[in-house]
Amino acid sequence: MNTENSPPANRGLLEVERLYLNMGPQHPSTHGVLRIGLVIEGERIVDAEPDVGYLHRSIEKIAEKRTYLQFIPLTDRLDYVAAMSNNFAYVLAVESLLEIEVPRRAQYIRVIMAELQRIASHLVWMGAFTNDLGAATPLLYGFREREDILDLYEMTCGARLTYNYYRFGGVSRDIPTGFVPGAKKFISGFWKKVDEYEELLTENEIFLKRTKGVGVLSREDAISYAVSGPMLRASGVKWDLRKDRPYSVYPEFAFDVPTGETGDCWDRYKVRIEEMRQSRRILEQALDGIPEGEILPPKLPRTIRPKKGEAYGSVEAPRGELGFYVVSDGGTNPVRLKIRPPCFVNLGSLAAMVHNCLIADLVAILGSIDIVLGEVDR
Amino acid sequence: MASALIQRLPYPAQLLVFILFSSVAVLGFIVVMALFMIWFERKIIGHLQSRIGPLHVGKYFGWAQPIADTLKLFLKEDIVPRNADKVIFTIAPVVAFVSSFMAYVTIPFAKNLVAKDINMGILYIFAVSSFATIGIFMGGWASNNKYSLLGAMRVAAQIVSYEVPLLLSVLGVAMLAETLSLTRIVEAQRNTWYVFYQPVGFFIYFTAGVAEVNRLPFDIPEAEAELVAGFHTEYSGLKWAFFFLSEYANMFIISAVATVLFLGGWLGPFLPGLIWFLLKAFFLMFIMVWVRGTYPRLRVDQMMGFCWKFLLPLAFLNIILTGLIMVLAG
Repeated sequence: MNTENSPPANRGLLEVERLYLNMGPQHPSTHGVLRIGLVIEGERIVDAEPDVGYLHRSIEKIAEKRTYLQFIPLTDRLDYVAAMSNNFAYVLAVESLLEIEVPRRAQYIRVIMAELQRIASHLVWMGAFTNDLGAATPLLYGFREREDILDLYEMTCGARLTYNYYRFGGVSRDIPTGFVPGAKKFISGFWKKVDEYEELLTENEIFLKRTKGVGVLSREDAISYAVSGPMLRASGVKWDLRKDRPYSVYPEFAFDVPTGETGDCWDRYKVRIEEMRQSRRILEQALDGIPEGEILPPKLPRTIRPKKGEAYGSVEAPRGELGFYVVSDGGTNPVRLKIRPPCFVNLGSLAAMVHNCLIADLVAILGSIDIVLGEVDR
Repeated sequence: MASALIQRLPYPAQLLVFILFSSVAVLGFIVVMALFMIWFERKIIGHLQSRIGPLHVGKYFGWAQPIADTLKLFLKEDIVPRNADKVIFTIAPVVAFVSSFMAYVTIPFAKNLVAKDINMGILYIFAVSSFATIGIFMGGWASNNKYSLLGAMRVAAQIVSYEVPLLLSVLGVAMLAETLSLTRIVEAQRNTWYVFYQPVGFFIYFTAGVAEVNRLPFDIPEAEAELVAGFHTEYSGLKWAFFFLSEYANMFIISAVATVLFLGGWLGPFLPGLIWFLLKAFFLMFIMVWVRGTYPRLRVDQMMGFCWKFLLPLAFLNIILTGLIMVLAG
């Protein structure tokens, strides 16, 4: 970063000295593995450049050295706040190569897990975002409800963070007896919880002051930066893969796609809050209509050998479009695997949003992007 | 018998004994109050935020939490950054603490329970508690860390700014009581507390007071999400504890002075004066903790705007109105 590009501001008699500030990687708001190089004048940001790579694990290369099935647990480690969604996108890509049909019960289970994951992920986001603004209480509230979802996951697959649950053609095991009543109980109480978050934040004067008009990403910029997910929708673009490029059994459910108007931190907050409500609607319908039947196709080979070709599978993950591009040469492992992570792409728009804002705003903007560095660095 | 012995001593020795006795008493009170506040704050925040730990440590009412917190602080490694200004870095927490310590001298905890009742009590408290700014700024400056430097500059800006409405808000009370002595201000409220005559003044005082002690939503100098921890980023263990001891001590000063100026100090039926005083002061501290559990942090420019564009004009308006009413009412 060149700090000499433009001269320091000259305000009357005082010439302001520019300071280069490393924000992160050891900084509470940059999640420990993101560095942002800041050029600041006082507390005003002149330039900000995200520097990623502190968590790089060569996961795409590892995929080429493992069988298709062996890679599923590694997708959990990409976005560890939405591991189910990562399972989902990857198996969709490989299933597209295999040309297999997924049983309806498994389709429903997948949607239920993905929507629970969206709520859990948005809860973590809400907590982290508001904590960045100095409010610790919503963080604890978010984690309180997330615990209920993790209990449901644990009941189903034995894990609370990295689930390794989806399989090519279905899911690894059926949902246990207590799952549907447990999930219904959770979502029936969740209305009130979302109202509680709104009461604490939406009507909070300071929260409004900290988010409205901060970090505006215009509709045009959002499209040109290929931003996706709640960030894109907050900028007023009604684009949701579940509606616009449907997959699994999503077309069977009625739900709305919330959008914002100005694309500021406030809109991103409102869109995610509303998305939690919409996920709850989907869950209600899916839990009521879950069919009986198999959870895996009857004839599935033990060793997966997709035919030669390439496929792209993507889902509307909590943070946006998550895609896996898989190339097969007919062998037992992919010859090339490329991941399209929403976080990495969304983070690219940071510099467009932070110019001339204050350090406190940068923290709010970064929080509103909802980054998970495991996905950014891969 | 002890007092008879002391009276036989020459005057300088008497003074020394008095200073020693007052210092030990004030220090003892601050330490006990800080321990209680750790428990009080952790417990209230625990309820507000559905935290389980602080409610149960030690089985009953989370009583072991302050002990656990204190032990942890004692065991932490004492770190001084290599290129820090070591002398200033070391004495900064003490400077911050001493200013709070000195302010306790004039607080009337009950009738005849005040170390030194001086006729300029309010001015003395505001004057000595301003020293805390210097201590905090020294700590931030000496740390050789850009985040600490930013935090230190914020401290100077914040405390110096909020001092103005804080002082102005007190003028209404001084005009009504026609004295600056804290004891006499309390006695002047024997019939009606000044919070009923000066609600605006109380609001300004308490808001500016919260800002003076760097509590949420004004904890902008430390702002862990933005400046890591601002002026005390590099502090650990006991040095860090001293900063927080002075924060709790200052919280109590703000609440105690509010009690004296607006809530009738030690006055109240049935219970002893000291109990009334502490109840009122801790109620105000409870509000500070409650606000901490509810609000996010303001941005630095919003905080300054709030001070200069809202609180300050309001404080002037309050003085003018008070004066007008006093003149009209004869």
